[in-house]
Amino acid sequence: MNLAGVRRRAAGWLPAVVVFVIVLVLWETTLTVFQVQSFLFPRPSVIVAALIDDRATLWKGVLFTGTEALGGLVVGVFLGTVAGLATARWATAREILVPVAIGASSIPILAFAPITINWFGAESVLPRMTIAALMVFFPVMVNTVRGLTQVEPAALELMRSYAAGDMEILRRLRIPNALPYWFTALRIATTLSVIGAVVGEFFGGPLYSLGIYITYYTGQFKYPTAWAAIVLSCALGIACYLGAVVAERFALPWHQARLAGES
Amino acid sequence: MTDSQPTQSPSDRPARPVVAIAGAGKTFGTGHTAVTALQGIDLAIGSGEFVSLIGPSGCGKSTLLRLIGDLTGPTTGEIRVNDKPARQARLDRDYGMVFQAPVLMDWRTIARNIELPLEIMGFPKEERARRSAELLRLVELEGFQHLHPWQLSGGMQQRVAIARALAFDPKLLLMDEPFGALDEMTRERMNLELMRIWGRTGTTVVFVTHSIPEAVFLSTRVVVMSARPGRVSRIVDIDLPQPRTVDTRELERYFELVTAVREALRQPDAQSGGQADLDDVGAARIRAEGIA
Repeated sequence: MNLAGVRRRAAGWLPAVVVFVIVLVLWETTLTVFQVQSFLFPRPSVIVAALIDDRATLWKGVLFTGTEALGGLVVGVFLGTVAGLATARWATAREILVPVAIGASSIPILAFAPITINWFGAESVLPRMTIAALMVFFPVMVNTVRGLTQVEPAALELMRSYAAGDMEILRRLRIPNALPYWFTALRIATTLSVIGAVVGEFFGGPLYSLGIYITYYTGQFKYPTAWAAIVLSCALGIACYLGAVVAERFALPWHQARLAGES
Repeated sequence: MTDSQPTQSPSDRPARPVVAIAGAGKTFGTGHTAVTALQGIDLAIGSGEFVSLIGPSGCGKSTLLRLIGDLTGPTTGEIRVNDKPARQARLDRDYGMVFQAPVLMDWRTIARNIELPLEIMGFPKEERARRSAELLRLVELEGFQHLHPWQLSGGMQQRVAIARALAFDPKLLLMDEPFGALDEMTRERMNLELMRIWGRTGTTVVFVTHSIPEAVFLSTRVVVMSARPGRVSRIVDIDLPQPRTVDTRELERYFELVTAVREALRQPDAQSGGQADLDDVGAARIRAEGIA
């Protein structure tokens, strides 16, 4: 990347950074001016202090919860993709499974968190991985099916005119067509998996895991400490999301260029 | 009209036409909701011909083209391409197809869009690169090979689609209103380009259009169809000199033939199955002038 490119990209990020800093400053000053109690809404500086104070435990929590989220993400995305491919391949499977999948995606999966703890034990990463994987599965599957099947009819006729077989059509038309849909699902999935992991921990987990940390310290009325874990949960979600965005940039450079309206 | 080339009459067309359609009919749906799109179509297209199918919307001209390409099957009758059933011809990759939309793949560069059929047909990489470079020259898009489809204008995209259809050297080109979405100026330029390409490749072309001037300018024969049910109402031989150039559109004979096709479209059943000859055209002109 040349210098002009770096500068242009930096210029693109600048407004977001400025807004973020302004929000922090407003947050800090407003709460100070109106003397809001820190158990209601702590100032950023107080949260940062709490974060630094207990950094060793919090870091352990980030690693633990992050493992749950990432593990659930990988398993859920893999299974959702496989199910999507199978569903798109067999029309009868599609007619039966897609309505079921759409219906099933409205199930509050978090309600199963206590059950998964009963299966694997609270200290294990497996209960939250299962929850995260389940939450990720449906959007990935539905988007994969959509991308594989919503192909231009004329493109299918074109392939037919070449006497292309089903595998050729899958490889050269359906899968490339599905990739933008799949990456959209991946972005949704990253944030869902972090939510699944953190909220799943509310029902049980090791003391240092972010979800338990939050519930424990709110119970102790140590709100700034709880806030530190909340901020880290957000950071974890944002990091996973950005990871998906970067992966998409590398995998589908043409799609980025197209969206940017480059010519 | 002494400078015009002799017209092929049905008798001196090759014994084995590239496309042979016998009693073909196509009905969509069943029972009382059934719609007969085509009925009793007989048509033979010889090697190297440029045949346009023209008619009002709903006359089944696109359906007829899709029958030739085996993109849909006939309800009755038989379609043979290169002396074999249409289905076998499709499986043998005997024809290239161009649709109204370019149907290019956004994730592929221009060069790789042209190479798509070659990849499917298992051509080696060097051969693919050689052919796509050659075709980019033919459609005058050198230097655009690394761009993606959306970075090209509509006319350029359609040129890529033509290059793609020609990539594997099919002896038959099926074109379904390929310039229908283009503006008049671009369309006329594309017509000239197509004539140049046709002159160089010697491909047999079946071309669906709803533009009378376009059909007359391009074709060696124009098949005029009528609607409900779709059938061939008349075939007009276009005896304009080859090669067709910008000057062709200014020949008196060109206007005569445009009038003849227009008359045939207006009176679908008056001279069913008849061949246009000078008397018919003359009569048409007299009628036209009488009205004017």
